[in-house]
Amino acid sequence: MKVIFFAALKEQLATAELELTTEQASSINSIVQLKHYLIGQNPAWQPHLDKPSILCAVNQTMVNNPEHSLKYDDEVAFFPPVTGG
Amino acid sequence: MISIQQQDFSVSDELAKLEANNVSDGAVVTFTGRVRNHNLGQEVTGLYLEHYPGMTEKLLEQIIEQAKTRWQFSQARVIHRIGELAIGEQIVFVAVTSSHRQDAFAAAEFIMDFLKVKAPFWKKEITTDGAVWLDAKSSDHNKAKSWLD
Repeated sequence: MKVIFFAALKEQLATAELELTTEQASSINSIVQLKHYLIGQNPAWQPHLDKPSILCAVNQTMVNNPEHSLKYDDEVAFFPPVTGG
Repeated sequence: MISIQQQDFSVSDELAKLEANNVSDGAVVTFTGRVRNHNLGQEVTGLYLEHYPGMTEKLLEQIIEQAKTRWQFSQARVIHRIGELAIGEQIVFVAVTSSHRQDAFAAAEFIMDFLKVKAPFWKKEITTDGAVWLDAKSSDHNKAKSWLD
């Protein structure tokens, strides 16, 4: 499972992306579980990752539901509201 | 057709390509967005554009497909630049060709409005003191929503 961060969130976490092993990913079945796992590994990430405005995309499709189920080989991205154009 | 690129584009070149071998579309509408000073810092030198490679193209395709279900047009061209851009530089280009000007205007506006709220780009304003990420604007979200009423 690949986890990617963008923009201000990437800077706040000082991390551009992580690769979770199949073993690590096997116990992560939803977006909310992924966030719990990441915060468990990095407690300082909590205020940034749990911010209500943070958006999520799974395999490059926006997902609003925190219970959205994840597979071990999904690509999950977290990012602030977009500001293109 | 969609291009995400660092390099600048030429509006006249893009127009020439859109108009070549296209005698059925009488209406050609274009929009060009330029980098402006958002006044968040005293000495603003430019903008840095970050994006999510792969998802940006995918989202822009989806927006164009959505526009196709509502208006008739034969070509939509979107160019969005990334990386470091100076104040005044071109940042985004949207063009639509159609037999009907109403469709061309509406589709171009729709594509631009949804690009602003859906496409994964993030702007950072660069100043001599440092850099600040720009916040998303509720006015952009309200404008996009107004198409769905």
